[in-house]
Amino acid sequence: MKKIISLTINDQSHEIAVEPNITLADMLRYELALTGTKKGCDTGDCGACTVIMDGDVVNSCLVLAIQANGSVIETIEGLSTDEGLSPLQEAFVEKGAIQCGFCSPGIIMSAKNLLDKNPNPTEDQIREGVSGNLCRCTGYQKIFEAIESQRS
Amino acid sequence: MKEFDIISTRAHRIDTPDKATGQAVFTDDITRPGMLYGALLQSPHAHARILSIDTSKAKALAGVKSVITHEQAGHIKYGVSPARYDETVFAIDKVRYIGDEIAAVAAVTLEIALAAVELIEVEYEILPAVFTLEEALKEGAPQLHETSPGNLCAEVHQEFGDVAAALKECDIIKTSTMKNKRQDGAFIEMQGCIAEFDNRGVLTLVSSTQVPHYVQRTVAMVLGMDVGMVRVKKPYVGAGFGIKAAANPMELACCILARETRKPVKMNFTRKQVFMYARARHQFSHTITTGAKKDGTLMAIKHECWLDGGAYTSFGIATVYYTGSLLGGPYKIANMSYDGYRVYNNKPTCGAQRGHGAVIARALFEQQVDMIAEEIGMDPMELRIKNMMDTGDTTCNDLNMSSFGMSECIEAVRKGSDWDKKKGNMPTGKGIGMACGFFVSGAGYPIYRSDTYHGTVIVKLTEDGGTALVYTASAEIGQGSDTAFAMIAAEALGIPLDHVRLASGDTDMGVDLGAYSSRQTLMTGHATKDAADHAKAQVLEVLAEQLSVPLKELDIKNGFITFAGDTPDFSALRTRYIKEHRGWIDNPDSEHLTFKEASRIAFLEKGSIVGTGKYKPHNLGGKFKGAAVGTSPAYGCSAQVAEVTVDMETGQVTIDSITDAHDCGKAINLTSVEGQMEGSVSMGIGEAMHEEVIFNDKGQVLNADLAEYKIVTSMDMPRIKAIVVESDEPNGPYGAKEVGEGAIMPTIPAILNAVYNAAGVRINELPLTPERVYFAIQDYKDRMAK
Repeated sequence: MKKIISLTINDQSHEIAVEPNITLADMLRYELALTGTKKGCDTGDCGACTVIMDGDVVNSCLVLAIQANGSVIETIEGLSTDEGLSPLQEAFVEKGAIQCGFCSPGIIMSAKNLLDKNPNPTEDQIREGVSGNLCRCTGYQKIFEAIESQRS
Repeated sequence: MKEFDIISTRAHRIDTPDKATGQAVFTDDITRPGMLYGALLQSPHAHARILSIDTSKAKALAGVKSVITHEQAGHIKYGVSPARYDETVFAIDKVRYIGDEIAAVAAVTLEIALAAVELIEVEYEILPAVFTLEEALKEGAPQLHETSPGNLCAEVHQEFGDVAAALKECDIIKTSTMKNKRQDGAFIEMQGCIAEFDNRGVLTLVSSTQVPHYVQRTVAMVLGMDVGMVRVKKPYVGAGFGIKAAANPMELACCILARETRKPVKMNFTRKQVFMYARARHQFSHTITTGAKKDGTLMAIKHECWLDGGAYTSFGIATVYYTGSLLGGPYKIANMSYDGYRVYNNKPTCGAQRGHGAVIARALFEQQVDMIAEEIGMDPMELRIKNMMDTGDTTCNDLNMSSFGMSECIEAVRKGSDWDKKKGNMPTGKGIGMACGFFVSGAGYPIYRSDTYHGTVIVKLTEDGGTALVYTASAEIGQGSDTAFAMIAAEALGIPLDHVRLASGDTDMGVDLGAYSSRQTLMTGHATKDAADHAKAQVLEVLAEQLSVPLKELDIKNGFITFAGDTPDFSALRTRYIKEHRGWIDNPDSEHLTFKEASRIAFLEKGSIVGTGKYKPHNLGGKFKGAAVGTSPAYGCSAQVAEVTVDMETGQVTIDSITDAHDCGKAINLTSVEGQMEGSVSMGIGEAMHEEVIFNDKGQVLNADLAEYKIVTSMDMPRIKAIVVESDEPNGPYGAKEVGEGAIMPTIPAILNAVYNAAGVRINELPLTPERVYFAIQDYKDRMAK
């Protein structure tokens, strides 16, 4: 039996009927076509599905859509502006922090949340800030460099 | 060296803006109208005879559109190497590992497909199973394949020079063993695919693959279709590392379901299925004897290896050869023997993974080089440089090092790590170690026997003259190949990178063997340059005629036509171009003739300007059995220094830093080269420190997830100093060669040599768990006390 939830995604309010067992990740991807949020495990281990929910990062594969009722959600699609990529996204391009790109949306969301809360993170804080996001391609080095370049 | 405008820069990758915004499309991001969802039935038993399969209940479930078994899929065998095809899409009479595919369902939702899979009734007769080398090789052991008595999948015996005689001349002989654990690729995008037939019978398979070409051929063969009726497209791919370098049974099942239902069908592996399908790095058990003279001259290698292969061959026949052939360098060693054995058992199948076949052999051998250096009191770097091959040298097994910056790499890491100051001056528990390695820049021969081109590329100029379109069937899987080819095309045409667009990963665009064996930069790069040169020549030919200037005096640079002699009057051309573009805003006003003008005029004279390019290597390698494996037009090489801290009380190893130098020939994109180096090191660290696929006694993977299968996280990764060493590779486009896999070669032995330096112990089994290191330290202390 579907249930109607209302939530704000990337500054746009949505009212949507969802099955009670659908995850936030699946709702974003398959109901709203916000496919920038990726799924790499469906068990909360890889972090590819990271979005910001009410100011905190969550693995959207571990959140039921109905749990997000009334929430404010930010996804990777909400980061770029009319002018194009956000400075953080530009930094990931500039520093070569993206290879296959499958983990990138999740890592960029974690990095954004980190910088929103702590505009001047130390190296350890950056490492911890993206520690929930697995990347198999880059060895993280250029990801650290991209985030470091965005310190205020 | 030549001056370049585009290549050897840090140009931004062409694919990453879309990847940074979530706009880049991966397979599971695609939805097709009327799409069905597929699911697989896989064996719950490691070894069992199939007595019957009853699909009637599954077929009766509302929403189910098709249920297929071997009856629909047919019995055509496939695999990787044609001589070793030993798989069918679905099990026919028996299953050989937990995960072996038995049936598949297509339904209107994934939930219904999964429910229907549960309703398929299979009657099994459980057979005794074997899970280890020892069990599989035991007399009277259960047999996996009738055609392979004794469960021996493959054996290789090679000898170059005279090892026994050479060892007699040696002053120092070291023999030791080394064992790793099965790795998992652990790419973040799980395999997925969508298959669809159009109404003329053309099959399009969209798949997360490294090798559209091989998948196309396998699909055509298994479904009994003409290759021309099968199109395989690879959207963006969330990496592969070798595991996605062959057609998988899900892709084949998906195509058959699409054929049966006449609907698009989507299928995805779950993360657990990724582990069950496996096809990643084998478990290798090596014994190596290395002999040297007391002046440090390396004389001979005697090498034996046993590969724990799993249920099917997959890449295994290539793996068992690579394991031997890639030990020949980078040192001048005239005598080498190799006995390799790959053994079947009832576990998932192993295949190729970054550094195919060669990583653990290298890990053991490079430790023995250190042991020899220690015994004669020579610096390990000096000993390596003393024995190092020179540019142009050929190994005893006929691998030619047409460029070879190995000694330069050693010098680079010596300086970069401050080796001379640190080596021998570190306190107990702190250590420094180094190692070298090399790897192919593309396999010398395709997987199936053929004179085929390894890559074909088309460069087409747009009719307005402004843009070059590059079409290639190559596979961007994250490594940056699209960008490398766009840069090569821009350099060859003499135009800015922004004026090049590129489309790749589609078998309709040509032949390209794909992303494996670190082949694309050299091979597809050659074909790209060839195609761009061809397009450029056509433009310049028209221009020479129109301006009455000798062709050889014309060139294109930075988007402008250059004239070796006096600049002719080109005002008539410009007027013609401006008339063509009346009302456009970008009329040329430069005093130089632009590429845009020239290529528009060329279009007006000749129609579409299309350049075609192709590449295949020259004949490579010796004449002995297996000589083809390990051959390549060029070899990348690298040296690394690792610094570690070993907690002498707990056995905990921490990697403090890695200094890595790699000779990639001419670096097409410096940032991408560093990215490959850093990524390789992280995979090597994972294998050295904590990666291990663990099985229970039923052959089931116990850690089939990314929580318990531990890849390197941001918390584990040391800072890496990546130093790009450039040489000029005569067989590479603009002098370029590999970096994707060679950079993993020295990582594990450098760490192991550093652990020895820190704690005095040699660890002969990976990963370096605290427990394993702790017991080794205790054993060492006990021996010291005696």
